[in-house]
Amino acid sequence: MPLAAALPRSPLPRDRVQHLDLLIQGLDTASLWWLSGYTAGLAAWADSASNASPDARAATESAIGARVTIVYGSQTGNSKRVAEQLQRQTEGAGLAARLVRADAYPIRELAQERLLYVVISTQGDGDPPDDARSFVEFLASRRAPKLEALSFAVLGLGDSGYPQFCAIGRKLDARLAELGATRLFDFGEADLDIDTVAEPWTQNALTHARDALKTAAPATNVTPLRPHIEATTWSASKPFKAEVLANQRITAGDSHKDVRHIEIDLAGSGFDYEPGDALAVVPRNPESLVEMVLEALQLDGDAAITHAGATHALRAWLASKRELTRISRPFVAALAERSGDAELQLMLQPGRVEALRAVLADRQPIDLLQNHPAKWSGDALVAALRPLAPRLYSIASSRAVVDDEAHLTVAHVAYETDAGNRWGAASHWLATRSGGATVEVYLERNARFRLPADPDRDIIMIGPGTGVAPFRAFVQQRAAAGARGRNWLLFGNPHFRSDFLYQTEWQAALKQGTLHRMDLAFSRDQPEKIYVQHRLRECGRDVFDWLERGAYLYVCGATSMARDVEEALRHVVVQQGARDADAADEYIATLRDAHRYARDIY
Amino acid sequence: MSEPSDLERIKRASRHLRGTLRESLADPVTGALRADDVQLLKFHGGYQQDDRDVREARRLAKLEPEYSFFLRLRLPGGVMSPAQWLAMDAMATRYGTRGLRLTTRQTIQTHGIRKVDLRAAAQAIHACGLDTIAACGDDNRNVAAAVNPLLSHVHARIFEQAQALSLHLRPNSRAWFETWLDEPATGGNEPEPLLGDAYLPRKFKIGFAVPPDNDIDVYSQDVGLVAIVEAGELAGYDVLVGGGMGATHGNARTYPRMASPIGFIVPEQVTALAEAALTTQRDHGDRSDRLHARFKYTVDDRGLDWIMSEIERRAGFALQPPRGFEFTRRGDRFGWREGDDGRWHLGLRIPFGRVHDRDGVSRQTGMRALTALLAEQAPDAQIRLTPNQNAFIAGMPAVLRARVDAITAAHDLGLHVASSKLALNAVACVALPTCGLAMAESERWMPTFLPALQIVLDKHGLHDEPIDLRISGCPNGCSRPYLAEIALIGKAPGRYNLMLGGDHRGQRMNALYRENITEADILAALDVLLARFAVEREQREHFGDFAVRTGIVVPPSPRGPAA
Repeated sequence: MPLAAALPRSPLPRDRVQHLDLLIQGLDTASLWWLSGYTAGLAAWADSASNASPDARAATESAIGARVTIVYGSQTGNSKRVAEQLQRQTEGAGLAARLVRADAYPIRELAQERLLYVVISTQGDGDPPDDARSFVEFLASRRAPKLEALSFAVLGLGDSGYPQFCAIGRKLDARLAELGATRLFDFGEADLDIDTVAEPWTQNALTHARDALKTAAPATNVTPLRPHIEATTWSASKPFKAEVLANQRITAGDSHKDVRHIEIDLAGSGFDYEPGDALAVVPRNPESLVEMVLEALQLDGDAAITHAGATHALRAWLASKRELTRISRPFVAALAERSGDAELQLMLQPGRVEALRAVLADRQPIDLLQNHPAKWSGDALVAALRPLAPRLYSIASSRAVVDDEAHLTVAHVAYETDAGNRWGAASHWLATRSGGATVEVYLERNARFRLPADPDRDIIMIGPGTGVAPFRAFVQQRAAAGARGRNWLLFGNPHFRSDFLYQTEWQAALKQGTLHRMDLAFSRDQPEKIYVQHRLRECGRDVFDWLERGAYLYVCGATSMARDVEEALRHVVVQQGARDADAADEYIATLRDAHRYARDIY
Repeated sequence: MSEPSDLERIKRASRHLRGTLRESLADPVTGALRADDVQLLKFHGGYQQDDRDVREARRLAKLEPEYSFFLRLRLPGGVMSPAQWLAMDAMATRYGTRGLRLTTRQTIQTHGIRKVDLRAAAQAIHACGLDTIAACGDDNRNVAAAVNPLLSHVHARIFEQAQALSLHLRPNSRAWFETWLDEPATGGNEPEPLLGDAYLPRKFKIGFAVPPDNDIDVYSQDVGLVAIVEAGELAGYDVLVGGGMGATHGNARTYPRMASPIGFIVPEQVTALAEAALTTQRDHGDRSDRLHARFKYTVDDRGLDWIMSEIERRAGFALQPPRGFEFTRRGDRFGWREGDDGRWHLGLRIPFGRVHDRDGVSRQTGMRALTALLAEQAPDAQIRLTPNQNAFIAGMPAVLRARVDAITAAHDLGLHVASSKLALNAVACVALPTCGLAMAESERWMPTFLPALQIVLDKHGLHDEPIDLRISGCPNGCSRPYLAEIALIGKAPGRYNLMLGGDHRGQRMNALYRENITEADILAALDVLLARFAVEREQREHFGDFAVRTGIVVPPSPRGPAA
């Protein structure tokens, strides 16, 4: 029986029903069952990956297939001019053409393109134009997708007076072919007399576009089935081995802060993290720190030590099983006992908690071991040190934008003391992993730090320093989901020039309207120190107004900052809400209970 | 190509140069201005730049380029008082990063000013009686005037005319005062009778020369006025039009051009003449192609006869026939000289115009001490900045000479005593890292290149040969390279076009000798040529003249497009 008759109320358009009819005719029961599961899976995935319906997705993708995309990279405007000409002529011929500057090209659409023309110049000694750097880098990188469905042609512009004449264009041309795309016609090399080459090239491009678009069947649109991932629960004892894709310092070279943007490949992990979640990193202690400890205590790193049923070389215990950068009270107690040091013993007395706290906060085991000599055995040392704990980093990306990656924002703790270099275990571990290295991670959910379920709600995000990380994820997520609520970010750091984390991304978000307001506090750019809590007070009227309209408020960063911010918030509620202190506390508590005031602090 | 360039839209829409500068300045998220305001800032005397050395690293770090600004003074004739120098020194020290830079147009610019400090810097400039209006942009630029320390009373008259002209041709808009000084906003309805609502098609340069010195390179001006001194008095000026240095690599529509003489005027006619030339260019200059928009192209496109009659028509008088003049030199006169008024002048060599304490050199401190002394002992003395980026101290009583000498000796300001003539006359533009146009190093490279070339000169017994060397990081010609005996014009990092055959008086353009070559190739080429020069030169023949006489290069025809 024809399907069209069998499914009178199908939501499918008539031609689709006919296609479907063709497809299923003669299939056996097993195949039909499989197909129903396949399409159900597709639907579920499409729903979760974006709010667009499968229909809308298909429409978008076939729209991409039915047009020419012209990407240009231009320093002085010549490539742009040629590309614009091509677009005009293409549209003049009745074909759909999209003209995009390389840095505005949504690179994730590349895999769906069918027909791509690139017009790009080569600068100086073989550099791409500034607006095409990311595009060229992406294509050259390992992340560039296979492009077997793509047809393309490239026009290079350059000056034959330079040795690297048209090198960028030529490289792109070769790389696109290498990625499996079909070269429609030969690479064009335009010299200073641009049009001599550009005009025939443009004509050629037009002819090919006409052929390709007029005859093209609707682009095939089969979304590959995602490999089913075993619902493995990765954990501290069984972390996922992830590849580092990028490790980029994002403070200026002369900043006192070394902050890294680290991109990690989670493909195969099944981590379906949400904005607000953290990635736990299982670090290893710095090798030189391990050697320093062995040296200070005159211990043999190769000696086998058995502790709590496990046997490892002492060096291995110290490298990956024990905390070497954080001091615990039991460790101080063990050292006090072994060294008989009066100062340490005094510190452990009930009334001296401040002194102990200062040591725990500012010193590392190696400091105490060097300053308070004592006789140690390997067994005793392993027993006295506490187990190495994973470190949590708020994820700075949204899967809606980065797919199987997770991005982290890591402040590299490293400083010199009179007694030698000191590090933070995990930040140093991450900061010294370059692209291709492996790190052990697992997912740590943070259900208390979630975007409003209602995308129309406004949000206020206060994230100075690396506390800005989850808000990068928030803004990415809300942009991808097309949320209509406003996003307001308050950020601070020492210096505007050197410490403005993700500056160009925020600028782009403001421009695109995916970030609606940004207030900044650069503490050291003027004689008086200004922090986010000062800005919060200055903006008190707006903050209160947003809250009254139902905004969610988020704070991420150092504990002391969060305390000052809460004080400022209380002040704002008192001032703007004409409340007394108790009522203000109640107001804040109500926000918290409604999950409209959430903090992620460390 | 008849559609107006985008800049014409920006100018017209700017409400007489206001644009959204105030909003741009208030935006805390970026150290830059909005794109349109970047263009408008030029009319206010500022340029947005970024440190190109760190641009790529910052891009990777997701940081915007390291933006900063320079502010350039409107300083007719390069003249300022000791007190004004002190104020500018304080401004540059507080807000800038690289001291004071003397430009090839007799003014000062201060680099490295952050956006957040721009207003305070402009206010400091205004507080000492100066401004930066029209120091850059499509308007009448800083009016150049001969420094000539010998004829004090002629200089005084010329300077007075230069100053009056600069003020007269300045934009009438209050935009500068509203943007930088908190003058209440008026919306931009004031008339702009001379420059018009879209201002000029391109920059416009007027300069006054006093023969026999051609220090201002009068042939490079849009309008050049050459003083005709008869019986010791200023009789008037020979008028030259259509000079300009800028050119673009590989664009045959662009070329450097030497100004052409068109007539003689008396001093009282200067304002009317300048207005007529400027409005002719305003109404007939090319507003669609900025590379072809200077007055020199209007002159060539319309023809000199047409330009002359248009200027006469607008000015309301006929030009007299040129009286003629002769230049014998264009370099600065260093050291002490007595003026005709019995006061003393001192010419100080400032390499590449950089007044900056750095690498053990303390010229900024020295100039501060010197001007502080003058401010106290001879407040009416003048600082005169030269078109070769040097500083003259004019009008000092003889009694101060010893104290001045002590200061200059202690702070590297006495270079003229020991330097070779090559080093004394060399000019370099700013170029990398801040200039957005630079294709190669210029100022930063000069200290490396100069000694290397000096070794070649010494090798051929030419130690003190006065050869004009000018380096430019790009073909736009801020250092007026096309008039030099040896010019190096940047093509790419470490690569230059080698130009030869200009004459030492600035009356003949040079020509391309070797294209796109490295420092080693430049030195090797010059080694061969200077060896020949040492042997084959005629008596007192200059190197540029030698290069032309012996056919090493063929100079371009004196006006019109290069063949």
